[in-house]
This record gives sequence, C-alpha cells and structure tokens, in this order.
Amino acid sequence: MASINEQLREQARKLLADKVVDLIIGYRKGSLPLRSTPYLVKTEEEAGSLIFDLTSSNNLAKYLPRVKTENRGSKIGIVCKGCDGRSVVQLIIEGQVKREDIVIIGVPCEGVVDTRKVRKKTGGEEVLRVSLPVLPGSGGREIMVEGRGFKITLDKEEVLCDVCLGCQHPNPPLYDLFIGRPREGSSARDEFKALEEFERLSSDERWRYFEHEASRCIRCYACRDACPLCYCEQCFVDETHPQWFGKGPDSSDTLIFHIVRALHTAGRCVSCGACVRACPVGINLNPLWVRIEKEVKERFGYTAGLSLEVTPPLATYDENDKQEFIL
Amino acid sequence: MSEGRKPKTEDQPWQPKIIAFLCTWCSYAGADLAGVSRIQYPPNIRVVRVPCSGRINPLFVLKCLQNGFDGVLISGCHPGDCHYISGNYVARRKFAILKTALEFVGVEPGRVQFSWVSAGEGEKFAEVVKKVTYDVQQLGPAKRLVKPR
Ligand code: SF4
Ligand code: SF4
Ligand code: SF4
Ligand code: FES
Repeated sequence: MASINEQLREQARKLLADKVVDLIIGYRKGSLPLRSTPYLVKTEEEAGSLIFDLTSSNNLAKYLPRVKTENRGSKIGIVCKGCDGRSVVQLIIEGQVKREDIVIIGVPCEGVVDTRKVRKKTGGEEVLRVSLPVLPGSGGREIMVEGRGFKITLDKEEVLCDVCLGCQHPNPPLYDLFIGRPREGSSARDEFKALEEFERLSSDERWRYFEHEASRCIRCYACRDACPLCYCEQCFVDETHPQWFGKGPDSSDTLIFHIVRALHTAGRCVSCGACVRACPVGINLNPLWVRIEKEVKERFGYTAGLSLEVTPPLATYDENDKQEFIL
Repeated sequence: MSEGRKPKTEDQPWQPKIIAFLCTWCSYAGADLAGVSRIQYPPNIRVVRVPCSGRINPLFVLKCLQNGFDGVLISGCHPGDCHYISGNYVARRKFAILKTALEFVGVEPGRVQFSWVSAGEGEKFAEVVKKVTYDVQQLGPAKRLVKPR
C-alpha cells in the first residue's frame, strides 16, 4: 500500500488537476526536525511536498477564514486530522466559512508530538535527526531521535501532546475524501485525562498553579493567534476604549486574559492543543479549558465540532437547564 | 437601600465591599421594595442597575474582583419572567460556565453569587444580601485576582 504521504500527494494533484479545488491548505516538512509547517499548495508540483505525520501539529483551520478572504471565489481544500476537522465544523456553524466553499481532505491522526516532551527526554540536547513510524495504522510506535553524541528510541505515547492522550476523535467528523482508512476511535482514552491530577488538588493549590502559570505570560498572544476559534477582528484584550484590562505582565491581568479567552471558547474549543504548543514560554493552562469542556458536556450535553446540526450551547438555552447554583 | 446602618457584626471591624448587578425590571425593584418596606439588610452592597441579567458580561465580574470588590452578586428575573424573553436563560448558561471557571482557578465559591429576585420579593432580596454578605465575611478580604495598586 502506498504510504499516506504518497496517497495524499496523489489525491491533492488530482483535486488540483480536475479543478475541484483551487488551492489546498496542508503541511510540508519544516526546517527543524520534529516540525512541519503549514503550506498553501496552488500547483500540482507543490502538491508533491505535502506530508502528514506525527509532526503535523498546527491546526490548519486557523488559516481557513483568511485564505478564504484573500482568495474570493476559490474553492479551498484543507487537510484535516480530527481536531482540525472539528474546528472546521465550528467555523461553518459560526458562519465563518461556507461548507460548499471547502473540500475537506480527511487524514487519520495518530497524535502529534510535543517537542517539549522530547527535549526533556534528550536532557535538553538539540535533536538533529528523527525517524518517525510510518502512518497510518502501521502499528509503529518508535520514534528515533538523534543529536550530537546521542541516539535514543522513544515510545510515541511518551512524547505525544497531552490533548492527544485524551483524544476521542482522531478522524474529522466531516470529510469529502479520506486518505487511508479512518482510525478506530480510542474509547480507551480518557477524554478528561488532563484533569486527573487537578481534580485532586485543593482550591489553594489550583490557585497557586494558575497564578504561577499566568505570572510567566509575556502577553505575546501566540495562544490566541494559533486558536482556530479566536478569529475576532478585535479581541477584547486589544480594546482600548474601554481598556478592559491592563496590558502589562501583572499576573491578575494575564490570568484574567486567559480566563476570558477560556469563556469565549467555551463550548467551541475542540481541544486541539494549538494554544499550548504555540506558547513560547511553555505555559500550560489547558486544564482550565478541559474543565470547561467537561462542564459543557455534563451540563449541556454538547461536544464541540462534531455536528453541523446542533447549535453551540452558549448561543442557545433550555428552559430546564440546571440552576442549582442560583439563589 | 437601607440608610447605611451597620450590620449586627460589630465584633468584625472589617466590612466587605460587595457589588450587586441588578436587573432593573425585577431585582432592582425588589431592592427598592425592601427599602420602602423598611426591611433590614446589610449595607455592604453597591448597586449597579442593568437592563437585564443578559446584559451582564463576565468581564464586569472579573473587573470588579480585580479592582478590589470582595464579593459580586448578580440578580435577575425568575425563569420565564425576563422582559426580553430569554435574556436570563442565556445568561444562566453563561453564569454556569463563569462560575466553573472561577472556582477551578481557585477563586473561592461564595465570592460570586447569583440569584433570581422578582419585583415583589423584597424579603427575598434582603435574605439574599444577608447570605451573600455573611458568606463573603466568612471568606475575608478578596486576595485572588486582585490587582495591587
Ligand atoms: S482554545 Fe486551544 S485547544 Fe481550544 S480550540 Fe483554541 S487552540 Fe485549540
Ligand atoms: S479571546 Fe475572545 S475576544 Fe479575543 S479573539 Fe478569542 S474569542 Fe475573540
Ligand atoms: S502564548 Fe504563552 S506567553 Fe504568549 S500570551 Fe499566550 S500564554 Fe502568554
Ligand atoms: S429583564 Fe430581568 S433578567 Fe431579563
């Protein structure tokens, strides 16, 4: 069987040749090992550089609204693993893109690598070469990383992103064509795994954690800018009239920024982890998002990005919603 | 509002500052009724009148905590009574998530509370304010999310 990359390139060429799409948002090899980079493919030749593997971590749905605006009238192909696909569903529900303007090229995701975890394994040493298991469904789990004076083999489960460890939806819920075979959903995975540790902590301990994380934030907004659902033309943190919160590194201001972003993405966040991966200082506030996701699921019975038919929970209501917290 | 009388807790020198966002059609009128009926309640609340509980943006709550309020009370019309039909229903969902988020990051439960109080419920309004004031008194001055000046 042809490798997933070969199949992907083949299909991409065909889509372009048949004018089914005018361009394709995908990935190509990045300039550093363990990284791939988003890639806008316009020609059949360029399609030859497309890849999809354990390094394809960016959420490509982020680019969809902009690529769409910049290429009016074009039909856009987009390579989607599970979480990208769910983001696309959200974007369609929220009226940011039209279903008929896009062609979703589904790929089966085996998780993406957290480069920070790899770096820990190498004792901080730079990785110069890697070899990855061949996707999909090869059963390959070994990742070989090499650097100056070392060569180690890692089990992929040890270095996958936290969100991947809890992933229930490795395939996009909606696609026009699929590369390879959809993966079995991994019901063995606990979707709220990231919460395990946190739910054992006291309120004081959680406060210390969140305050500490927030105090390291440099307000670069890379987390927001990587999030496919943070597409507001003017974000509340950029508003100056009124200026809601200070723009400095004060931990009250930074934590409030994160809390409000979590509220704005409540019932919409698809747990892709792009925000965590984008952070240059390694802040991990994901448990707050997961906690909200859990509340949304338990309270409103909703999981984001799975269906075009359901109204997102915070855009609607039920007269019988629980109100145990209201006096 | 009552005319600034001290609550019966003279042994506690510190008094919490609580901000209350009250829907003008119900809870605000309920507060008014408590006042004209001379029902006693603690003078710790500062009232902000809003057109509907649906008008209350979570940013208001966070901003109040940041600027040194020790507690926040949000009060609107009972389900079914909202003058804009669904303002309070939609708000209820927003509030549930706000409460989850605040408590998860470690803001004490009790700092931010919610109630439904109609224009006819002067008694209930007083009870709610008593409860919220008591809870916040027990928690002590707010420290979390407060921005040092
Ligand atoms: S908040 Fe983070 S995890 Fe959720 S959709 Fe946005 S980038 Fe992905
Ligand atoms: S944080 Fe909120 S206001 Fe800012 S871009 Fe995201 S959703 Fe929009
Ligand atoms: S990416 Fe990290 S440092 Fe930048 S604003 Fe987000 S949390 Fe702060
Ligand atoms: S009018 Fe009172 S809550 Fe909507």
